[in-house]
Amino acid sequence: MSAYNFAYLDEQTKRMIRRAILKGLAVPGYQVPFASREMPMPYGWGTGGVQVSAATLTPEDRLKVIDQGADDTTNAVSIRKFFENTAGVETTEDTSQATIIQTRHRIPEAKLTEDQILVYQVPIPEPLRFLEPRETETRKMHSLEEYGLMHVKLYEDISQHGAISTSYAYPVRVSGRYVMDPSPIPKFDNPKLEMDAIQLFGAGREQRIYAVPPHTKVVSLDFEDYPFEATKADHCCDLCGAEDSYLDEVIMDDAGNRMFVCSDTDYCRSRREAGHIGPMGAEDAA
Amino acid sequence: MQDHHQFAGGFNDAPRDAANAFRAAMTAMARPGDIREIAGAEPPAPLSVAAGTLLLTLCDPDTGIYLAGDTDNPAVRQWLTFHTGAPFVRAADADFAIGRWEDLMPLNAYRIGTPEYPDRSATLIVECDQLEPRGAVLGGPGIRSTAHMSLPDIGALQGNAMLYPLGCDFFFTAGDKVAALPRSTQIKAEV
Repeated sequence: MSAYNFAYLDEQTKRMIRRAILKGLAVPGYQVPFASREMPMPYGWGTGGVQVSAATLTPEDRLKVIDQGADDTTNAVSIRKFFENTAGVETTEDTSQATIIQTRHRIPEAKLTEDQILVYQVPIPEPLRFLEPRETETRKMHSLEEYGLMHVKLYEDISQHGAISTSYAYPVRVSGRYVMDPSPIPKFDNPKLEMDAIQLFGAGREQRIYAVPPHTKVVSLDFEDYPFEATKADHCCDLCGAEDSYLDEVIMDDAGNRMFVCSDTDYCRSRREAGHIGPMGAEDAA
Repeated sequence: MQDHHQFAGGFNDAPRDAANAFRAAMTAMARPGDIREIAGAEPPAPLSVAAGTLLLTLCDPDTGIYLAGDTDNPAVRQWLTFHTGAPFVRAADADFAIGRWEDLMPLNAYRIGTPEYPDRSATLIVECDQLEPRGAVLGGPGIRSTAHMSLPDIGALQGNAMLYPLGCDFFFTAGDKVAALPRSTQIKAEV
């Protein structure tokens, strides 16, 4: 593929992104501004993640791309193809075989290792944005560590619903300093943010990059009497029987029938290949 | 490296060499105390391979470089100008500073960022004789329990860490090896 520079972006752009990634790693959870480029896909389709991946990829990498846990959805397929074409890297659907995983809104079920990098596509990087629309103010709030407003928001959840109803993009405090939006992952995934792999977050439209180094303390905000809970549908996967994975609810017909399946397609497939069968999985077992 | 030519010693295949070099630099920054190999450039003396490769990977006309001590010589200036186009600046304006620890000091000469933009701080590339996984005890983000690294001046680096989230970030280089120390790392002298 000599028609493109390796991994599509020009070298100066990659250097700019790389410098932002290094500063992001040095100040975990802090949003580093960067000069996001126009990519050959619309904003909202993972342009931030794609730029971070492009600046991070080496020719020896094996890339996996997931969208809501699935390898076979439009966004995942097109980003995977994009890097096959422009970087010539190998791709895989197998989580354990991937060296870089670009993700939209999920953390894979399988535990990630030291040698892996997880790149998140982030729509709104600022956790305080819906509480305070002005960038000048939210920046000041971060600099002063003024996060009371976020606790008020969680408190209002409790006073209205009896529990913290925020179920995705659940705010976390990174290394005891910055409050960070973990991107719209379900709060089920929040405990996994403390992991062995390097986590990079890219928001293309909002022009922010942030990062969480391995083994960094990541605490989901909560109250002593209303502790954080990682919730999922109270069910097992109907295909593979997994009790411990995050589930998607699939409507089967207009008579109210439904099934629950693992949102992580690779996890579900590998479990079925290993012989696990869920309540509805017998007839089309892999 | 006797007759070093300013046009020589760059990356053979810039996109791929820079990608591999950045992976090493990023892994080092994400895992303080880890010592990684980084190579690709062949800079003029006294720059090490690791320092030269870092500069080619990260610097361009947008980044001011401060050359400290004997790194500030015509061969290095010409080489960096040809390969990166980066301007040479005072310590106080530098995005990247390069040199031996004693030449780079004092630490308060460098930008540490602002409370609202802590990323606007200098990154120091410190040339060392060797990097060793022993000495100061490191803890914090990127470190499972503790890590060990040979550091030039524990007191000054502890002072930098106390500025968190402001402060400088460091790469330590020797030969083709690189290690990093971000401002987020807590440092204790070995007991």
